[in-house]
Amino acid sequence: MSDNGGDRELMKGNHAMCLGAIRAGARAYYGYPITPQNEATEYMSFHMPKAGGTFIQAESEVAAINMVFGAAAAGVRAMTSSSSPGISLKQEGISYIATAELPCVVANIVRCGPGLGNIAPHQGDYFQGTRGGGHGDYRTITLAPASVQEMAQLTYSAFDLADEYRNPALILSDGVIGQMMEPVDLATIPAKDPPVKDWAVGPGQDKRPRNVHTTIYLDPEEMAEFHLKLIAKYDRIRREVNYFEEYMTDDAEILIVAYGTSSRVARTAIKRMRTANGPKVGLFRPISVWPFPARKLLEMCTNYKCILVLEMNWGQMVEDVRLVVGDKVPIHFAGKHGGLLFTPAEIVALANNLSADPLNPGSLWSIVR
Amino acid sequence: MEALADSKERCEQIVFDRPDALTSRGYTYCPGCGHGTIHRLVAELIDEFGLKDRTVGMASVGCSVFSYWFFDCDFISCAHGRAMANATGVKRAHPDAFVFTYQGDGDLASIGMAETIHAANRGELITVIFVNNAIYGMTGGQMAPTTLENMVTTTSPLGRDPLLVGHPIRVVEMLSLLEGVAFAARASVSSAKNTLKAKALMKKAFRAQLEKKGFGIIEILSNCNTNWNKSPIEANEWIDAEMVKVFPLGVYKDVFAGEKGKKDE
Ligand SMILES: Cc1ncc(C[n+]2csc(CCOP(=O)(O)OP(=O)(O)O)c2C)c(N)n1
Repeated sequence: MSDNGGDRELMKGNHAMCLGAIRAGARAYYGYPITPQNEATEYMSFHMPKAGGTFIQAESEVAAINMVFGAAAAGVRAMTSSSSPGISLKQEGISYIATAELPCVVANIVRCGPGLGNIAPHQGDYFQGTRGGGHGDYRTITLAPASVQEMAQLTYSAFDLADEYRNPALILSDGVIGQMMEPVDLATIPAKDPPVKDWAVGPGQDKRPRNVHTTIYLDPEEMAEFHLKLIAKYDRIRREVNYFEEYMTDDAEILIVAYGTSSRVARTAIKRMRTANGPKVGLFRPISVWPFPARKLLEMCTNYKCILVLEMNWGQMVEDVRLVVGDKVPIHFAGKHGGLLFTPAEIVALANNLSADPLNPGSLWSIVR
Repeated sequence: MEALADSKERCEQIVFDRPDALTSRGYTYCPGCGHGTIHRLVAELIDEFGLKDRTVGMASVGCSVFSYWFFDCDFISCAHGRAMANATGVKRAHPDAFVFTYQGDGDLASIGMAETIHAANRGELITVIFVNNAIYGMTGGQMAPTTLENMVTTTSPLGRDPLLVGHPIRVVEMLSLLEGVAFAARASVSSAKNTLKAKALMKKAFRAQLEKKGFGIIEILSNCNTNWNKSPIEANEWIDAEMVKVFPLGVYKDVFAGEKGKKDE
């Protein structure tokens, strides 16, 4: 749990995420307890003050994200984390922070919804994490880790991305990755000093123009101008941020597209099929789920007989895949529900069916029970 | 030459001017509304304490949503009700900044009530300027948590019925029970005399932060002549006659009480 200066350390995903944040120079964390991300709030309550930063257990998620808004405006690298129902509450603040063009990091350790749902891992917040989620026309840079190492590393990178584009960056994880323990290579997240921000509010106004952060534009012409500026920024992010991972795609006949926890199970299934001389399946794993790594998928999609999208939800990312691939290749979807995980055997069975009939209409939108 | 000397002479005689902490932008408030007066009091104190270069204001949502147009210092325009959460983030990041929120009754006592109670309870070192006009001004005169019993608003067309929608909330009385609060008082800008008193009390709400005593709040009764359907004079008279019965002026908590040689007025 603590940073002992060694190179590798066995950690929980939620702890690794927080360590990545503190090493990235985060000095403000405001949170509210919700399972399965409590380790994050607990870790920060101890380590953030030790790092010279501030921690507050806020009265609500709404208050926490607005404290982050204040800290971000004050030029500090600021973070909050929560899980699905809490993220719904934070959407108010995320919309405002995106509009004020302030950087911050918000982590969603997704649990199964809608409503209170349960505390098991799920991927049902993909739309919320990639479409803006709050009101208005905005986007967040959203990264989906698939390991404890990535919890640390992607959170670390998220602060840089947030600062570079002056935009909230989201970590879209889930209860499996938040709770599991794996080694983290600490050398990949060296402690660093965050950039100084000349647009921050605070003392020293005699030496600079005053800084104001607002989100209100009553005049539609002025609002339109601001929208165009935001859109130009989002276009730039779309061009510049495209994180993905490929596994055994070169000689594959079937391409699985999956992110986060589902991608881990898919990888195990693929390994099994390859050693058993089963169907040749490869994996494309989006890491930045917004922007979706569209160019790469478009380039490679015609190399396969079909695509199988696996998600622990009712089919959300499959819409992004379809936007990219269109009708060039048949797209199949299999979803998993209730907070349950795919088993490798289920994925092998799906792949066997598709290998026999890549157009199998039965799995064009199927649910694995 | 003579004209210049003449104007210089006149300059030297200026006894009333715009405070440094206000920009030259004209107010967007309705004529006769108290927001302008209250802005001026805040700005005068920022000048008097020499805080302009380290003040960060939080604009709330309501008629004062554009208060950052008028105060000449760093500002954040916050979401409805969340100004004290934003202020918390700023103050914790910059403990040497002077941080104030400027909020209406709908903002502070309705949607933002949780933020209000908890910022006060944490003893957050911020100064809260709470403008109570007993109504939602900006959205066109709907009922507020501070609307008086039987008062007609667009959403209490038959008058506020406390059996149905509760009684007006007395914010400073309530907050004065919390340990974190160093100063809580209610004033009014309904007359010149009351305005001077309001400034003296506001000064203590500033000092609570500057001397790190705790959370400082000043509630100021102010008119909304437009939505009350009254002339500005009638509206101010109504504050003195009716509003103060429900919202008595006075000091409810004061860490400075008993200071030698110092009086509130
Ligand atoms: C989340 C949210 N809900 C509602 C509104 C609409 N709204 C704008 S101002 C306002 C009332 C403000 O009243 P008050 O705080 O009393 O300030 P006043 O306008 O009287 O100065 C409301 C409800 C909003 N902007 N945001």
